[in-house]
Amino acid sequence: MRGETGSPLLSVMKACIHITLKQGVLDPQGKAIEGALGDLGFTGLDSVRQGKYLEMTLLEADPAKAREQVTAMCEKLLANTVIENYAIDIETD
Amino acid sequence: MKSCVIVFPASNCDRDAAVALEAIGASPSMVWHGDTDLPSTDLIVLPGGFSYGDYLRAGAMAARAPIMRDVLKRARSGTPVLGICNGFQILTEAGLLPGALMRNDGLKFICKSVTLEVTNSATLFTRNYEEGQTIRLPVAHHDGNYYADEHTLDFLEGEGRVVFRYVRNPNGSARDIAGIVNKTGKILGMMPHPERSIDPVLNGLDGKALFQSILETLI
Repeated sequence: MRGETGSPLLSVMKACIHITLKQGVLDPQGKAIEGALGDLGFTGLDSVRQGKYLEMTLLEADPAKAREQVTAMCEKLLANTVIENYAIDIETD
Repeated sequence: MKSCVIVFPASNCDRDAAVALEAIGASPSMVWHGDTDLPSTDLIVLPGGFSYGDYLRAGAMAARAPIMRDVLKRARSGTPVLGICNGFQILTEAGLLPGALMRNDGLKFICKSVTLEVTNSATLFTRNYEEGQTIRLPVAHHDGNYYADEHTLDFLEGEGRVVFRYVRNPNGSARDIAGIVNKTGKILGMMPHPERSIDPVLNGLDGKALFQSILETLI
């Protein structure tokens, strides 16, 4: 976000979150995708697992604080830690 | 006996739950998810449906809705809670029951009647059934595959906390688990719909006994 003179008004940070199933948790959707790829002629696939990707923009200047916030979001809502892992990438703009 | 049914955005079995409760004279109140306080009640029902469109994960956002703070408080101080289908998903997401409900292993939405074995007839929800009795209840779900790690499953079995088991597992649930209770036996989560089996003309009466059990315990 920029003001009239072009200088930034607020710091914006982008967080990219990958949410994936834990090892050992059955992923029938991944299996179905693997089958479909096989049908299309893509051989040599050992396994396919499906996950979720979320992007968010935070109004935060400090990457450490941004990471802390996003971690809390993952623990509290975005990932079900019984069955899912999460990985967070913080990009400064 | 007073009861309440929580209504989340896109709950769709809330009215059937209310009809089942009315049928046993349990005067249900419908409570909106956005409220912060439950009325005085002897039973809380989390109904079936697709709350929040199942967005993110089934039951994930409903489990964090404003009313859930009071639901958790009441549950922890001993008010019985019945979670049916989406309600079971909400109970696991809220941490009131262990494990998680995942996508059916066959990937299809299953809508049919199934045979269940009542594996614990000592709970307040199942006392009107015989131990080991088989009953027929409808299921209607896409994410009914119960998952917990082996240690948790062994623990649940050991404590007798598996209440209903599928005779022919339709969705890949671990140990054929269709319904479980918490440590105190006052919180039941089940994927099949007892509220859809309270009329001999429509899916029979096997579900009515569950509501009758609750009534007889609480009055």
